[in-house]
Amino acid sequence: MDFTLKIWRQKNAQTKGSFKTYPLKDVSPEMSFLEMLDYLNKQIIEQGDEPVTFEHDCREGICGSCGLYINGRPHGPMRNTTTCELHMREFKDGETIVIEPWRSRAFPVIKDLVVDRSSFERIMHAGGFISANTGTAPESNSNPISKLIADKAFDAAACIGCGACVAACQNSSAMLYAAAKIAQYAMIPQGKVEAKERVDKMVKQMDAEGFGFCSNTYGCEFDCPKGISVDFIALMNREFFSSKVCKQKQA
Amino acid sequence: MALAGIFLMLFLIFHLATNLLMLARDDGEAFSEAVKFLTENPVVKIMEYFLFAGFLIHIILGLLLKLQNYMARPVKYHKSLQTETSTFSRFMFHTGVIILIFLIIHLINFFFVRLGWVPIPGEAGEVANKHDFYSMAQIWFKNPWYSAIYLVSFVFLGFHLKHAFQSAFQSLGLNHTKYTPVIKVIGTIYAIAISVGFAIIPVYFYFFH
Amino acid sequence: MQKLDSKIPEGPLAEKWSRYKAGLRLVNPANKKKIDIIVVGTGLAGAGTASALGELGYNVKVFCFQDSPRRAHSVAAQGGINAAKNYKNDNDSVYRLFHDMVKGGDYRAREANVYRAAEVSNDVIDHFTALGVPFARDYGGSLDTRSFGGVQVSRTFYAKGQTGQQCLLGTYSSLNRQIAKGTVKMFPRRDMLDVVIIDGKARGIITRNLLTGELERHSAHAVVLATGGYGTVFYLSTLGLGSNASAAWSAYKKGALFANPSFIQIHPTSIPVLNDYQCKLTLMSESLRNDGRVWVPKEKGDKRHPGEIPEEERDYYLERRYPAFGNLVPRDVASRAAKERCDAGYGVGDTGLSVYLDFKDAIEKQGQKAIKDKYGNLFEMYEKITGINPYTQPMRIYPAGHYTMGGLWVDYNLMTTIPGLYAIGESNFSDHGANRLGASSLMQCCGDGYFILPNTIGHYLADDIRTGKIPADDPAFEEAEKTVADRIQRIIAVGGKETASSFHKRLGKIMWDHCGMRRDAEGLKKGMELLKQLEEEFWKNICIPGSEKDLNQELEKALKVADFFEVGMLMCEDALQREESCGAHFREEHQTETGEARRDDANFAYVGAWEYLGPKAKPKLYKEALRFEFVELKERSYK
Repeated sequence: MDFTLKIWRQKNAQTKGSFKTYPLKDVSPEMSFLEMLDYLNKQIIEQGDEPVTFEHDCREGICGSCGLYINGRPHGPMRNTTTCELHMREFKDGETIVIEPWRSRAFPVIKDLVVDRSSFERIMHAGGFISANTGTAPESNSNPISKLIADKAFDAAACIGCGACVAACQNSSAMLYAAAKIAQYAMIPQGKVEAKERVDKMVKQMDAEGFGFCSNTYGCEFDCPKGISVDFIALMNREFFSSKVCKQKQA
Repeated sequence: MALAGIFLMLFLIFHLATNLLMLARDDGEAFSEAVKFLTENPVVKIMEYFLFAGFLIHIILGLLLKLQNYMARPVKYHKSLQTETSTFSRFMFHTGVIILIFLIIHLINFFFVRLGWVPIPGEAGEVANKHDFYSMAQIWFKNPWYSAIYLVSFVFLGFHLKHAFQSAFQSLGLNHTKYTPVIKVIGTIYAIAISVGFAIIPVYFYFFH
Repeated sequence: MQKLDSKIPEGPLAEKWSRYKAGLRLVNPANKKKIDIIVVGTGLAGAGTASALGELGYNVKVFCFQDSPRRAHSVAAQGGINAAKNYKNDNDSVYRLFHDMVKGGDYRAREANVYRAAEVSNDVIDHFTALGVPFARDYGGSLDTRSFGGVQVSRTFYAKGQTGQQCLLGTYSSLNRQIAKGTVKMFPRRDMLDVVIIDGKARGIITRNLLTGELERHSAHAVVLATGGYGTVFYLSTLGLGSNASAAWSAYKKGALFANPSFIQIHPTSIPVLNDYQCKLTLMSESLRNDGRVWVPKEKGDKRHPGEIPEEERDYYLERRYPAFGNLVPRDVASRAAKERCDAGYGVGDTGLSVYLDFKDAIEKQGQKAIKDKYGNLFEMYEKITGINPYTQPMRIYPAGHYTMGGLWVDYNLMTTIPGLYAIGESNFSDHGANRLGASSLMQCCGDGYFILPNTIGHYLADDIRTGKIPADDPAFEEAEKTVADRIQRIIAVGGKETASSFHKRLGKIMWDHCGMRRDAEGLKKGMELLKQLEEEFWKNICIPGSEKDLNQELEKALKVADFFEVGMLMCEDALQREESCGAHFREEHQTETGEARRDDANFAYVGAWEYLGPKAKPKLYKEALRFEFVELKERSYK
């Protein structure tokens, strides 16, 4: 298969980037999208140029490192698929493929297709945890959790932190990312203790990072590689309002 | 945003209910009766201020959100988002602006007249001396242009409401695996009922009165 | 054997750890604040220990090469995590878990360490539950378990096929809590390139900031390596592409002994190589062998579509060779058997390097729905990657490099032979012997990180309460930084033509062919010869575009590959000296008439630990004899 690749190249955060076009021949339909880029990079390096920088690690759709905006879709045209799981057989021979980095004020471009997602980290630092010290845990089965809730908590916890939700949102909002964690903990007894405080702090941090606001278009759910439901956003909103209404003043 | 929206949605139901009284074959007597009650009742007068506040909050927040969200992506995508989302949800701002323009026209046509800021329109271009919503409606909607503007606006209002209804529930966190699908259906029925309901008035006056 | 004091406490097995712990010295809370600890790596072991140490009040600095600690490769573990909870009332116990591990490891692990790992396994599950890890539950709300290869009880806790991810995210959350509190400082996007030794003690590390290329000095009173395994030495493996040996290797070169480097697990069920550009093999969980049947055609080079090959022309070779265990033989046995068939010319697929894993019978018997319920996500994953629907066509699988049982030698305290330098998780060698059982890697990482190291490290640090800050301008730091900088300059200056990945691929092929699933003296020697040649070529022809003062992924790769040549050499060296077959290590010369592994307990019941003696010198082997007081050494038979 032959392709024309239009790839965003940007030297660093300070410089302005631009698109560069690369024709690529003899791509095997068996290649994954990232292997196709490896193949391109090999040719670029052998020609004496700098290869396209992009993030990747596990290459099996679980680490959340990779994330490219391919032909107008985060992680490309397939649903429930990360960029590394996407294969070239999903494209038409001769197609032009436009590859861009995630675009968001809270995800500044570092180089080429690599963006800085540390804003996601800071949201987690603000409250994405249950305060349980090592060694303090009670016996696991002393606190039964219904299967329904446990399964739901798992669905929320499946987030890989890739940032596709932000990239897919017309407002570049991080609601689905924050909601997944908040909902996971808000649903289970262990997390309920500090649920109000958690939602308060995480939402505050999310707003401070410069993400947009949710207007319920649900693009995030559509392009989430793990299919995380926007129902969790509703749950987060509920938690948020109840935290505002019910929070007691600290003495 | 959602709270103000819900308030406005409730207002629309009252507004529509009152308007539909115009259809009664009594030359607007029942309608005028209702209008009289509404304009003179002190509670309604107070509610009027709330209504203005509701509109203002909804509009200002909408503009602010749009601005914030615009700024949240300073560098736009070269290839625009192909992510599938419902058309209604994507164009909330646009339909909102259309409704705002309509609202201004609507206020000039009817409400400002009551306040005396705009002369009362009369038959055949004359200025009438007593303002009466029913006869005004008769006059305006005889004009095909006005009727058309109203009808088109109602279509967009329907689009706006279609997303707004269930979106408000989502934003307030009122979500349930069992009831949310029902809410979505109700939202669609509501959006259609409101837009069709309001549309009946100009159509009625233009064709049947 | 002065060098190797394993510090295993005396006493009855079940009381060793508690007695030993009770005798350890402590650092009081006020003094803990004065003590800095560096943790390298943020997988289950690293992030776990960093948060536990932070909770205790130490100043912890944590490093990872990813942009976030959540992306460490622990995230990719699928199957589950073992614990001796005995929730199924199937007569499981700490002792039984211990016994299964020692036996599964083919009697090449330390009894005391393995027992301790089993002992703390229950605490790990409790802790994860408290952290909100969504383990699978039954309808009564209690934790569910499933069974796994090589054992007769159901003790594996799981969260669908993403147990590693869920455990790591739980650990990540506890790390985040400490970061928010300020006890832990996180340094992402850093490669550790050297360890700094002052007066014989590990006192810091040199890192490269991957965004700016800047070399940084970080000092501390102790350094903990939680840097994972070196399975990417094969290039194609189930590991993440960033996984590497460099941090542990720098410790080895600074004097830490490296134990059992040749013990590397080849996982039998991975999606095979599909094209020449492939750089990663994706694992299909071991659980699939519960219902799938492995076969190849009886006819050599039979290229027919699998559906066209009638039942009587299929060779279910695992069932044929191992009637007792059939398709559920342990990983090492299954891997070797697949290789044997393919080498003999019976392999399937374009390359002839794969075998079928067929669910036809299971689907016929249990129905498609039942199979979908059990393995739905795995089947989907398979179809996504290969484009083939495994419900209608058998899967094609082949073994792939997966887990390294070998690693830095550590004593009972998890300290390497360099005082103050610790190694935990996969980066040490301790608990899995010559073969690891499924779902025990997560268990060991978390045990090491959360429950063992935080205790033992205090004993060492009790001496450091008066030391004060370790100055980062010490000549040792200067020298280490200079060595690293020189090496980077040297590698950049080569200015050759071939990419790091290309070298890595060639290196991997040599290792796979000569030091893979089956080894023999001649092949190993040949492999070492080839490695030497390739390494020389590497230093003449490596091409690194761009500058070292920038985000430069090619430079990162090249530095890692440069280390892998040396790792490969040591692996061959170790495989060569071990004149027996045990666990994952199979020597052609040492097999029974029927082709099974022949262990030699009289001569090889030891840990082989290697000391680095310089770039040209042959490393020196130390032997730590393994004493089996509580377990009887038996032959592993699955016939």
